[in-house]
Amino acid sequence: MIGIEHYVVVSSILFVLGVLGIFLNRKNIIVILMAIELILLAVNINLVAFSAFLGDLTGQVFAMFVLTVAAGEAAIGLAILVIYFRDRGTIAVDDVNRMKG
Amino acid sequence: MIHIIAFYLFAAMVVASGAFTITARNPVHSVLWLILAFFNAAGLMVLVGAEFIAMLLVIVYVGAVAVLFLFVVMMLDIDFSELRAGFVKNFPLGLSIAIILAAELFIGLVAYSGGKLELGTPDGSAAPLVGESNIENIGALLYTRYLFLFESAGIILLVAMIGAIVLTHRERGNVRGHQNISKQVRRRPDEATYNARPEIGAGVDL
Repeated sequence: MIGIEHYVVVSSILFVLGVLGIFLNRKNIIVILMAIELILLAVNINLVAFSAFLGDLTGQVFAMFVLTVAAGEAAIGLAILVIYFRDRGTIAVDDVNRMKG
Repeated sequence: MIHIIAFYLFAAMVVASGAFTITARNPVHSVLWLILAFFNAAGLMVLVGAEFIAMLLVIVYVGAVAVLFLFVVMMLDIDFSELRAGFVKNFPLGLSIAIILAAELFIGLVAYSGGKLELGTPDGSAAPLVGESNIENIGALLYTRYLFLFESAGIILLVAMIGAIVLTHRERGNVRGHQNISKQVRRRPDEATYNARPEIGAGVDL
């Protein structure tokens, strides 16, 4: 039978893949944002699984708020990316430290 | 039986799609793998009876966030091969950190299965009502106990929307239709109009 451990294993693997994605694509900020989405997805799977197995709906309500924040974060992140690209003509995030103020 | 097969299918697909998302050469392919990962995660959530969050995941992530990513990737003219330069160089460090993190999570899981970890028990105040569907239960909770959190989620989305518009909006002088409101308010009749008595056939300077 599928228990809570199975879900925790899946979400742990997904979380680690997201962290690995941030390290592997350190220059490409679009893939970094996608890796952050993967991390938030892993967190959501965890919240929903615990909510279902413990019989308490708070986890699902909280997963909805995580979804909200993820959507806002993606919108703001991509907007910053677009204006950065307009300024520099590239999205390499190595030289972001030149962006003073 | 079908439940177990479906779980392993969705779990394998979500992990594989996540792996392809972070290793794909082309970011457009990354976005498409990410969409597949979201669909399979929604399948996992349906399996535990959380239909509302699963459908929300498909609508919000696949319908809005992933399409936003796709727009940005296709709109910007970026040389992606240049951005992959550090991929091999960063691989050992990233992999070792990932393995350490996975080991830590695994130790926590083993401690939980061995009964060494107390998670606490729910107090039953948010327990699903018998005979009601998942969406009715969540709605009842969201509009009573979590009403203020629900409204602040709306405010967060409003702030994100205004922020994205303010960040990407740019003034372009050569485009018609931009209103300068303070200039309109400052305008007075005596500097805007004047009387002229031109000679017949001479015309008026404007």
